[in-house]
Formats: sequence, structure tokens, C-alpha cells
Amino acid sequence: MKMKYLKIAASALAIIGMNACKPSADKTSSGSFLAGDAAEKVYVKPGTHDEFYNIVSGGFNGQLSVVGLPSGRTLKIIPVFSQFAESGWGYSEETKPMLNTSHGFVPWDDSHHVALSTTKSEHDGRWAFINGNNTPRIARVSLSTFRTEEIIEIPNSGGNHSSPFITANTEYAVAGTRFSVPPDNNADVPISSFKQNFKGYISFVSIDKATGRMGIKFQLKTPGVSFDLARAGKGKSADWFFFSTYNTEQANTLLEVNASQKDKDFILAVNWKKAEEYLAKGKGKKEAAKYAHNVYSEETHSATSTILNEVMTLDPKECPDMLYFMPCPKSPHGCDVDPTGQFIVGSGKLAAVIPVFSFDKMLKAIANKTYDGNFDGIPVLKYDAVLHGEVKKPGLGPLHTEFDGQGNAITSFFVSSELVKWNIAKLEVIDRVPTFYSVGHLSIPGGPTAKPYGKYVVAYNKITKDRYLPTGPELAQSAQLYDISGEKMKLLLDFPTVGEPHYAESIPASLIEKNTKKIFKLEENKHPYVAKGEKETKVVRKGNEVHIYMTAIRSHFSPDNIEGIKLGDVVYFHLTNLEQDWDVPHGFAVRGALNAEILVMPGETSTLKWIPTKVGVTPMYCTDFCSALHQEMQGYIRVSPAGSKVPLSWGTGKNPVSDAEKKVAKR
Amino acid sequence: MKKIIQMLTLLPFFLWSCGGAEQRADTPKTDDSVLEKQEEVHGQEVKELALSTPLDQAMVKEGLAIYDLKCSACHKLTDEKLVGPGWTGVTKRRKPTWIVNMITNVDMMLAEDAEAQKMLEECLVRMPNQNITATEARSLIEYMRQNDGEK
Repeated sequence: MKMKYLKIAASALAIIGMNACKPSADKTSSGSFLAGDAAEKVYVKPGTHDEFYNIVSGGFNGQLSVVGLPSGRTLKIIPVFSQFAESGWGYSEETKPMLNTSHGFVPWDDSHHVALSTTKSEHDGRWAFINGNNTPRIARVSLSTFRTEEIIEIPNSGGNHSSPFITANTEYAVAGTRFSVPPDNNADVPISSFKQNFKGYISFVSIDKATGRMGIKFQLKTPGVSFDLARAGKGKSADWFFFSTYNTEQANTLLEVNASQKDKDFILAVNWKKAEEYLAKGKGKKEAAKYAHNVYSEETHSATSTILNEVMTLDPKECPDMLYFMPCPKSPHGCDVDPTGQFIVGSGKLAAVIPVFSFDKMLKAIANKTYDGNFDGIPVLKYDAVLHGEVKKPGLGPLHTEFDGQGNAITSFFVSSELVKWNIAKLEVIDRVPTFYSVGHLSIPGGPTAKPYGKYVVAYNKITKDRYLPTGPELAQSAQLYDISGEKMKLLLDFPTVGEPHYAESIPASLIEKNTKKIFKLEENKHPYVAKGEKETKVVRKGNEVHIYMTAIRSHFSPDNIEGIKLGDVVYFHLTNLEQDWDVPHGFAVRGALNAEILVMPGETSTLKWIPTKVGVTPMYCTDFCSALHQEMQGYIRVSPAGSKVPLSWGTGKNPVSDAEKKVAKR
Repeated sequence: MKKIIQMLTLLPFFLWSCGGAEQRADTPKTDDSVLEKQEEVHGQEVKELALSTPLDQAMVKEGLAIYDLKCSACHKLTDEKLVGPGWTGVTKRRKPTWIVNMITNVDMMLAEDAEAQKMLEECLVRMPNQNITATEARSLIEYMRQNDGEK
């Protein structure tokens, strides 16, 4: 037994890295880090609600999780860049266009960063944005229906990591490319011509105030570096956007070594208002680029995908005073702006300090041209001239910083596996607490806004090891909730997450729940194949296509007996849920369906395509337990051989019970 | 008067929704009561309902449209029981207020009304909330009266 514990401890140490400033990794975590009243603080009484919605990225599952805080209970998974067999998202005819791209149907992505919409840098509870890292995309998710409403692909990008961070009033979401790439319309160049041909494109995606509709307003063709993370300014710095960069060495191979040569990389400061001015002055140039724009309509319950063919670009060489580089040690990852908009915190993954930049000093250095040369024509500001100060010996491997609204910052440290709280003005470490193990992102409710709520911080850990019951080689990713209301951070709760969360945001429940959509009104349903009442149900043949206008209500389908389908037909079940009560979805499944089942919400119409493969009578049924007679919610569809003369017929039949009763009554 | 009371009860809800700049509090409030309220008129008991003769044909027409969209899947116009009872004779068996409350205030009816509870035991499917307003329910009454032979 002892031996086993030693082994676990040894492996944990190996992960965390051996080093003096590492806090002791107490396996049971019952040390002084655990709050004495932890259970009470995370207990949400049966029948009551959590205080915060925690909107969590799913990483490699391409989804979003909705978690309640402080309980850590998972409430919903929202498919975004993924197919979801549970609801038919990405399988139903209506939702398939959402996953269309210039490459075709891409039903997967790596979704990293959540950005909740803001007004004046404060949460407004309207939308969540999230990036697709692999096939560059940005998605907008409604916080009223908790569904993905829009996805826009980003051209001229190789990995949309520095995204979708938003400006103060949600004017723009950004998309900085992680891989510099040659322009899409002239991309067949030698990889070794990186320095001549590759550009680090940054896209500014405009967001319509009323509808949230997205469009690429312009792309900045910046020098070929890797953009990592970003944050918009706030308050006085609201016209600016800050991007961390790495690989300013401009290496195109063995980046592990070759992109870690310089002592300092850069934070790129972008004056986006200036970019808008240049655009208005006609400095923009339209370039050929192919990308998809997919929009889901709540009225038709259907998505459309449009391929666009050009994008507006701005060349910094023709737009002076728009971009400035601030040197930042060393391969910075997080680039976070404090609630006042005055301080920009760089987190150099490989640095031994946390540099904090001053916005006022930056403006002064720009005015006085306090330059340290230029990088590909873009002025590099002198490090000392823009620096507010450095936090010395904060820990190892700083990644991300969030703010508590009390003048403090909390930074995550991957290598030393801890959260460190420090004072922004004084640059002094106040407290440190271990994470189990190796924290990546962290999230404070309202942490990236102008008015953080504080109260909690969640650590999203990259390594789980022994924290939960083992489940084979693959383990649930572990998150940890800490109380930060006092000076000392206290561990409250471990909770498993879905996928691999990168960033997350938390927002008070009161800003979301009042807007929650309960039903879709039947009267407003504009689906082309809706059946508004059983009277409108029918089966229509168009060549080898068969369209079934079908309805569901507790607890039967109409029609539930269909004949006259032939092998070689393509059958579309257009199912309208006639219910108008909250929380009464119906499901639909047909034997042998090669796609998925569908879940249809009250008042919604959804379509399952079915290509029969066998002659015979095929059952179909409701998959969502809807009433005491749910098990009876079933029907048959008869498939005859190709060329068969069986006529198309359908019905919900007479009620046999009632007929039988009548016969009895007559006697 | 009823309308005014209704509006007054909804007032705090509207105030809440246009919180805007006031949304930020030190301890954000979680108010679950707004969630429990349906967006239409559910939960408001209809206590009086006056009928008039002859039938209001505009209401009959509206009632038929609502029937086709939201009722016909479960209720036949004959005496045949499908999911719920057929509508033939319903206006003779039940008071108009009873019918309207079954449509717009079904939770209260199933909790308090013995006749409604008896129906649930027979049908085993709760009469669903079909998001029908009291005014729309009034039109349904008119349509049911026509179905029962009234002019």
C-alpha cells in the first residue's frame, strides 16, 4: 500500500516538475488549502438554483458545457463545431449546413475560448462566442435558446487560437492566426519562404448590435509571427486590442527550439478605431478568399450556409500609427487587461517574471516615439518605457490572468501547478494555492470584464491523475473551485468536466435565466415542411423523394402508419412537435437510420433523412420519455421492393380501443 | 379590472428585464420566481365568463383555427376519446369557466379540482399547457358551443 502511494506521489511530482517554489502537492488536498466550511459553500439545496452559469469550452470535443457554480453540476452540453447524436444536431437536415466550410462538411473542431457578450465591458447576457481552432471559425451561441446560431469561417488563417475575444461593446470578435500562412489565393509557396511570403492575419469580425450577425469587416496583414491570445482594452484603452505573439524568430520548423531563441517576443497593440478610419478612407483592399458563413434561423428552425469569395484586407505598411509592438519576455501566452483598462498583463510561458504594461506609458512612448527599432516596419516600443513593473518570482510557467475587481490579479502557473494572487499596483504576491494538477486556464466570474464579481475562481487543470475514481487510460479533466472572497484562497470543490476545457466564463444566473426560451411558438413556425396541426399532416412523393409531414404530441405521431415507400427512395421525416409546454420535447428514431435520432422541441420542426436499406416493415418511435403512454408512442413504415405497386398511404388510424368500446355499447 | 391586476403583477417582471446599468450588484440576485411564471396567462384563474347568443362568428372562426393547430391531435369533435375526451357535449357537461381553466390554468385544476383529477386518472396524460391565452380560450368555447349545435 505504502509503495503504491509513493508511486503515485512520484508520478505527480514528475508531472508538476521538481522545483523549489512548488507548493507541496498534498494528494488528499485536505491541508490548509481546503476551506473548513467547503461543503456548506458549494451545497445547492435540492430544488434551488446555482448562483452562476459557468460557460465552459470543451476543447477537443468542439462543444460548450453549461455548468452551475458553486455546485459544479453540468447542466447542458451545447454542440457547436460538432455533431451531437443525442439531439441530432449536425445530423438533421436543418442543422447540417451549420458545419459547412470552404473545405466541405467539417463536423469537428477544437474549441478553446469563450467570450460572453458585453456592453461597456460588462456582461449583458446575450451571446457566447467561441473559436474553432483547427478549421478556423467563430461561433455565436444564443444564451436564450442555448443553441449555436451562427458560425463564420476565417480565411487566411492557420489555426484560430487568438480568438474570439471581444471589444467593450461587442463591436468585434477577433481572430488572430496561430500559424502564419501565405495568403489563401497564393498559397503554393515553399515553406522555407516563410519570411517573404507568410503573414500573421488578424481578422476583425463585426457583430451586429441587434441581431448578433457576424461578418469579417477587415483583416490586418501583419508580419509572420504566431498569435497566441488576446484581449480588448477597456475604458480608456477600449479603442485598442492587445495580442500576445510567439515565434517572432519566424521559424517554420522545430519551433520547440527555434521559436524559443529570443529573450523577448511581443505583445501587439492594435488601434482598431484607427483601422476603421483607414478603412473609411479607402485604404482597404479586397482580396479573393473563400469562406463559409452559416446562420440558423429560429423562425424556420433551419440553417443556411453561404460561401463568400472575398475579404477586405488592410496592409499595416500603408496604415501608420495603427500597430505597435511591446517587447514581452518570453513566448507570452496570456495577454490580459485589468478591469480599469490601464494594465496589460503578459504571461511569458518561459519567463521568470510577470511583466505588467501600462496603457498610459504606452501612449506616452508612442507620442515620444520611444522606439527600439522596428519589426518588419512596425515600431517596437522600448520595454522600459511601457512597463509598469514586473512581478518577481511569481512561480513557473505563467499562463493566464484574471482579475477579482479588488485591485488584484490571479495568475495560473502550469509548471509549478498553482494559482497565485498578486496586487496589480504593488506587484506583490499576496497568496498562492496549489492546483491538482497543472492548471491551464482559470476563470473568475466576470473576471475579464470591467466589473468582476469575484467570489470564486475556477482552475481548469490539464492533468487529473488520481483525483477521481479511475476510468481507464482516459480520465475526466479536473476543475477546481476556490473561494477568493477572503485574502487567502480556499479550495472548495473538485468537479469533473466534459472534453478538455480551455477557457470559461461565469455570469450571474439572474442575467440569463429570465431570458430563457421555453417553447417555440407554433404560430411563428415558418419551416417549409411544418405541419401546423394534424390536419396538415401528409405524405408527398417527388420522384424518389418522399416527404412526410408529421406531428408529435403526447403520445402519438401522425401519421404513424405509412405504406408505399420503395427501396431506392429517400425519405424525409419532417416532424413538428405540437406541444406548447416547457420541457416537453419529443424524440424520433427509425430502425437502421444511418445518421442519428432527433429531439424536437415544443413548436419546432426538425427533419430526419432516412434511406431504407431493406424491404419490410420498419418500426419508429419517440425516444424522449414524454408521458405515461410514451412507450406507446410508436408506429410503422412499410418498405416495398423498388418498382412495387403498393400505393402511398398513411394515417393515424381509428382508435381501436374506442371502436371496441362502441361495439360493446351496441350490444 | 382583471387586466389591470394582471398588468400590475407583470410590472416587476418588466422592470427586472430592463435592468441595464443596474444589473451589477455586489451579490448578484438569483430570482427563480420569474422562471416559474409562464410568459402568457397561466396561473390566472378565470372565475367568471359570460356567454351570449347568437354565437360570435369571428370567435367561432378563431376557435376552429386554434383547434386545428393545438387541440385536434388529442381531441376529436365527436364523442370519441383519443388522448383526451371528444368534444361532443362538452359545453353541456362542463361550465365554461371549468373548460377555460383546464386550458389556461391546468396546474391549478389538476391540483384542486376533483373532476379534473378524475379525467387524469382516465387519460393518464396531463392536459398540456398549449400556450393559449384566456381570450383565445374564450374563442374555443364559442367553437365548442357551435360543435354542440348552438347557433
